[in-house]
Amino acid sequence: MCRIVAKKELAPTVKSLTIDAPLIAKKARPGQFIIIRIDEKGERIPLTIADLDVLQGTITTIFLEVGKTTKHLGSLNDGDVLADLAGPLGKPTEIKKYGKVICVGGGVGVAPLYLEAKALKDAGNKVISIIGARTKELLILEKEMRRISDELYITTDDGSRGHHGFVTDVLQGLITKQKIDMVLAIGPTVMMKAVAKMTKNYNIKTIVSLNPIMVDGTGMCGTCRVTVGGETKFTCVDGPEFDAHLVDFEELMNRQRTYLEEEKVALERWERCHH
Amino acid sequence: MGKVSSLKKQPMPEQEPEKRIRNFDEVALGYGAGQVVSEAKRCLQCAKPGCVQGCPVGIDIPAFVKCIAEENFDGAIEVIKKKNNLPAICGRVCPYEDQCEKFCVLGKKGEPVGIGRLERFVADDERKKGMRVPEKANASSKKVAIVGSGPAGLTVAADLAKLGHDVIIYEALHKPGGVLVYGIPEFRLPKEIVGAEIEYVKQLGVVIQTDVVIGKTITIDELRGEFDAIFIGTGAGLPHFMNIPGENLCGIYSSNEFLIRTNLMRAYKFPEYDTPIKVGKKVAVVGAGNVAMDSARVALRLGAKDVFIVYRRSEKEMPARAEEIAHAKEEGIMFKVLTNPIRMVGDENGWVKKLECVRMKLGESDKTGRRRPIPIKGSKFALDADTVVVAIGQKPNPLIAKTTKGLRITEQGTIWADKNGKTSMEGIFAGGDITTGTATVIEAMGAGKRAAMAIHEYISQ
Ligand SMILES: Cc1cc2nc3c(=O)[nH]c(=O)nc-3n(C[C@H](O)[C@H](O)[C@H](O)COP(=O)(O)OP(=O)(O)OC[C@H]3O[C@@H](n4cnc5c(N)ncnc54)[C@H](O)[C@@H]3O)c2cc1C
Ligand code: FES
Repeated sequence: MCRIVAKKELAPTVKSLTIDAPLIAKKARPGQFIIIRIDEKGERIPLTIADLDVLQGTITTIFLEVGKTTKHLGSLNDGDVLADLAGPLGKPTEIKKYGKVICVGGGVGVAPLYLEAKALKDAGNKVISIIGARTKELLILEKEMRRISDELYITTDDGSRGHHGFVTDVLQGLITKQKIDMVLAIGPTVMMKAVAKMTKNYNIKTIVSLNPIMVDGTGMCGTCRVTVGGETKFTCVDGPEFDAHLVDFEELMNRQRTYLEEEKVALERWERCHH
Repeated sequence: MGKVSSLKKQPMPEQEPEKRIRNFDEVALGYGAGQVVSEAKRCLQCAKPGCVQGCPVGIDIPAFVKCIAEENFDGAIEVIKKKNNLPAICGRVCPYEDQCEKFCVLGKKGEPVGIGRLERFVADDERKKGMRVPEKANASSKKVAIVGSGPAGLTVAADLAKLGHDVIIYEALHKPGGVLVYGIPEFRLPKEIVGAEIEYVKQLGVVIQTDVVIGKTITIDELRGEFDAIFIGTGAGLPHFMNIPGENLCGIYSSNEFLIRTNLMRAYKFPEYDTPIKVGKKVAVVGAGNVAMDSARVALRLGAKDVFIVYRRSEKEMPARAEEIAHAKEEGIMFKVLTNPIRMVGDENGWVKKLECVRMKLGESDKTGRRRPIPIKGSKFALDADTVVVAIGQKPNPLIAKTTKGLRITEQGTIWADKNGKTSMEGIFAGGDITTGTATVIEAMGAGKRAAMAIHEYISQ
């Protein structure tokens, strides 16, 4: 059982929960994730780690309310407990000095990106960040990202803040102007796919953090399998980060749609009971 | 004594196939009190009983069967529990036909004594009355960490706790029990029974910490600093895939995913439980072991119309227990033998719709003594299937091997250990599927018992 010690609403549908998890806080490295289960009847879902505090023994996760489980999670408050929390899972990001890196974050993907960008900065890289969202309310961690980035660009799909358009528009401009040593992109799969396609033309090493459906998160079920460089990999143990130019994004997006109908049923049922 | 034993076992009462394929309730219903005594009376009480030698944990079988014949059920369970901490589980899932019952003299002319069924009866009888916790040795002040809460880990833990040691089990999943909770379906092994037997292990003083992934949350090296000894019983939980084109289409599951969703996550109760599972009308299960039979029977209960087993050898080579194959057939599972899938074909939405297969014939025997399947040229054909479960085996979980320097790992990926469970590292023991590859519940328990003795000796030095 894990207690929620703080809850913040970053946007009407974006919540941040800080959870008591001393063992995980001590071990977690940027790029890793956790699996939570809310209660006895709950499903296991992966969440990224947005921040950690070793002294307090807490970790923070930021999520977008999309389906039943994330809405339910968003309805919890400080003092509530989660039935289960396991982690840190997956491999940490390879942090080293690349030179000049661009960190691209879309939506709540900015949350895990923040820890990784910070580590890259600490490792001596020049960090240029691009963060985007559908609209300005959904833009998160702008202040934090600004603090650790040498340059920060903002985009919104509706133009309510920053560049009117996609993160890739800004990325295109940046990579044509200068030599970039590495691009790290975390966000919706379509965004990562678009980034990968663009950087491939310029031959820039690109890393993405994949978010397939998972169950156990420890390598036992194969739900999270993806094709990388023609080989099947388990995202939860071999990833979640992979070389973007080798990932079969079409297959990933297809597999992410497996339970769309069931997700709708679960959400409607939950909303009927809670509103 | 001039006693004449009947040639046949008392029949096991079962749910009718037409009824049971619509529910997840237990198929075998268990003997009644009259039946169990009649069955026990068939035992000849041999002077040199072969059955005991066939039991990996060495239960004094004639003694407990005698108690039952005398209607002393409490006495019977007491005899069993001296050696076996999980009798209601073993009484349901042990392959008796290859173990105790294989050596029963009655089996020469007719059917052996139904030892497994007798064990099940007295274990259930005790559970209904309330389990008694045995006396423990005085506290030893020694601490042992157990990794994994499957039958191997639970056995080591219970035995060491009885000897007075402090035992903590670390389990990666949210529920203890290993394959007993995530793999074997409810209709063969009700989870309530697994829960009760685990509760018994806890009452012996064993602490179980779930959601701790050793190698990630805590490493083996860190455990070494805190404990006097460590036992690794992490099982063989890594699913094999066929590595054929199209295997990552939607609608294709590993047997582990299929069974974890159903058993551990209770997807058959979706949407009451959150985890979904999708089963179409035509389900193909690739493989013919116990795991394949379980997957096929689960698919049927989840509403599939046609379920078939696709197996590349013939029925004779099927690794599943005869009883499981018979149950599957009774339920209407179809068998497509000498058939090997080579490609999975999807529809325009990326869902599987066909299995492209070739027909096989049997050639020479291979290392395992089974005849090797050889593809027949030009025999390609397609099987319609909108759900596929790949049940062709599991490998040992590599997480600890990868994160523990100095631990000797075999070519098969298992952790190397001697027959008492000693690994290449001082103070670290291992047993169960992680050292043998996929085997059986009782063998994992046998390994656990031997390791518990070795650990006891090691920490008592
Ligand atoms: C579907 C299915 C049906 C079966 N049917 C039968 C049957 O009818 N009869 C029979 O005798 N046998 C059967 N078997 C085989 C039997 O279940 C296994 O041989 C037995 O469970 C092995 O026990 P174990 O303790 O070694 O491992 P497991 O039962 O696999 O338990 C290992 C445990 O360790 C945990 N773990 C793994 N890695 C870590 C880690 N890093 N940190 C913490 N915990 C970890 C796992 O989550 C798991 O709970 C079946 C197997 C399957 C899959
Ligand atoms: S989530 Fe089960 S193997 Fe990755």
